[in-house]
Amino acid sequence: MTRRVLIAKVGLDGHDRGVNVITRLLRDAGMEVIYTGLFQSPESVARTAVDEDVDLVGLSILSGAHLTLVPLVLDALRAAECDVPLVVGGIVPESDEATLREAGVAAIFGPGTSLVEIVSTLESLDPLSH
Amino acid sequence: MTLGVAAGRPEVAGGIHVTHHGKRSQWIEAYENSPAALSRGATQSGVTLDAVYGSDEGEYPGLFPYTRGIHPAMYRSKLWTMRMFAGFGTAPETNQRFRDIIAAGGTGISTAYDMPTLLGIDSDDARALGEVGRCGVAVDTIDDIADLYDGLDLSTITTSMTINAPAAAIFAMFIANAEDHGVARAQLGGTLQNDILKEYQAQHEYVFPPRPSLRLVRDTIVFATREMPRWHPLSISGYHIREAGSTAAQEVAFTLANGFAYVELARRAGLAVDLFAPQLSFFFNAHIDFFEEVAKYRCARRIWATWMREHYGAMDERSWQLRFHAQTAGVSLTAQQPDNNHARTAIEALAAVMGGAQSLHTNSFDEAWTLPSADAARVALRTQQVIAYETNVTQVADPLGGSWFVESLTDQLHHDASQLLEEICEMGGGSMLEGCLLAIDNGWFEGHIADSAYVHERAVQRGERIIVGVNAFIDDAPAPAPVNQTNAEGENEQRRRLARVRGERSDDEVRRALEELATDARDSTVNLMPALMNAARAHATVGEMMSTMAEVFGRYHAALR
Repeated sequence: MTRRVLIAKVGLDGHDRGVNVITRLLRDAGMEVIYTGLFQSPESVARTAVDEDVDLVGLSILSGAHLTLVPLVLDALRAAECDVPLVVGGIVPESDEATLREAGVAAIFGPGTSLVEIVSTLESLDPLSH
Repeated sequence: MTLGVAAGRPEVAGGIHVTHHGKRSQWIEAYENSPAALSRGATQSGVTLDAVYGSDEGEYPGLFPYTRGIHPAMYRSKLWTMRMFAGFGTAPETNQRFRDIIAAGGTGISTAYDMPTLLGIDSDDARALGEVGRCGVAVDTIDDIADLYDGLDLSTITTSMTINAPAAAIFAMFIANAEDHGVARAQLGGTLQNDILKEYQAQHEYVFPPRPSLRLVRDTIVFATREMPRWHPLSISGYHIREAGSTAAQEVAFTLANGFAYVELARRAGLAVDLFAPQLSFFFNAHIDFFEEVAKYRCARRIWATWMREHYGAMDERSWQLRFHAQTAGVSLTAQQPDNNHARTAIEALAAVMGGAQSLHTNSFDEAWTLPSADAARVALRTQQVIAYETNVTQVADPLGGSWFVESLTDQLHHDASQLLEEICEMGGGSMLEGCLLAIDNGWFEGHIADSAYVHERAVQRGERIIVGVNAFIDDAPAPAPVNQTNAEGENEQRRRLARVRGERSDDEVRRALEELATDARDSTVNLMPALMNAARAHATVGEMMSTMAEVFGRYHAALR
């Protein structure tokens, strides 16, 4: 069961309303949440994921650059031998969802997704079986 | 420093300062000298309408403290500017969108820059990968600026530039380009957002630490005040503070605190307040809580006027008048059932008009998903035209003034925002500028905004706050998301454009211009605008200018809280 989560922002995307709110709501739901802060590189996210020994990484992207940045984060996690699920929250058009899932994204949470759905999905993602 | 209103002025009612200055007779005099003097208004059915309604001793528009609007007859004198915000891909693509907007009846343009440009990063920088031209137009050099405004008459069409950290560099490119095309800088009319304080508080597109960033703001204000009488060098922006999650009272308080901070900054640079304050402008959100938004604009004008007169000694009435642009709330748009967003935008735009906005951008219904398509942007503009030309709401100034509800809400927001303003000023030991810098440094602003965003979202999650199509009235078969397909080749095209400029320019000339910029940057008494304009003319890139200054100023890294 997912207990320890890294929430990350990569690239130049300064939108942090969602990431601030979800960090607090997940804590309210009983999870341990670590937040990277803005403007991280894929490599620094992977490093933090390893150092903090998290069960899952959640990436927040609202800049539209997900098709470029998400695969880079997945590569960085693999390079760091960090085999935990990666989920994405933010604005991902339906037409891009399949591409991201094929690349290895475990779940995508679009705008307006309920917290209940997010928490139950995160808890269903078993870091060991991933 | 004691805040609120100076002794002898206020009538204090229940702790809320209520000032009554306007008199009907004074208003009649002002009205008769206004462009609306001979106007006639009537309802659709022929009932004659006065330009304003009120009691003999009540407040009136066009009179201090301008709660009811800055002009005696508001939109009868001059309609708001329909200023549509646009930018994507390369400069020629965005230029075409500007032309479409003007052809459709838009009366002003506003430029959206992409993330790399906003952060002073060139399109061929590895950090820009995937972001070039995505959230706005990519601008690297003066050549992009030339293409961006190609064929637009810059002496008649006013332009607004939504840029902050690299504002001085882009401004320098804009002026140099206009002069190269035969338009004198004194003729240029428009607005530079240039509000760096709110970047640290809400929007997060900063490059340098706050104090050297403020030096650049100072340089642009001083330059524009001396040389560009039609230019607004600063648009003090609450929009992003609200989008980041603040309440209406916080939006007013934090924005006006920043405004007063810039007033102190310009005064420290030796400018008399009435020399620059008439060119200051504001930018507020137009959110979905209709009456609260109207009250918000009313109380913001009242606070600004009072403080400018009482605390900053402004004597020119134009220094007291808070002029503002409004944009409908992007955050209120829903990705679910996107067609509903038309209704939201129309209601929000109406609130801005009821609140006396001078300029307005209406969001497109598809913006919860994507940058607006040309068709969606046209409907958004048409929404403003319906309000302006069909509804007749432009005939009477401040039509909600005198409503028990709206007046009470105006007083309450005035009270709440004033308390926050006093708190910030106290943090600065009587200086709003120092108070803002301290409250940025210790995370006070971000903490307040994040708390409000959290309270809002928790209410949505609990179903205590209804959002149609999101947590209520959900459709079984959701409509497909509208996705405006941007040109996938745009990013490569911009890199080719930049490579061409890099190949054709004189490297020696660029090096000399950047050396001069570095030299000037090291002396904080020097105005950087001339060196930036030289660098722009040498075809130096935004990234080169920003990196050169960063070597002197350092880079800002926000503390993690």
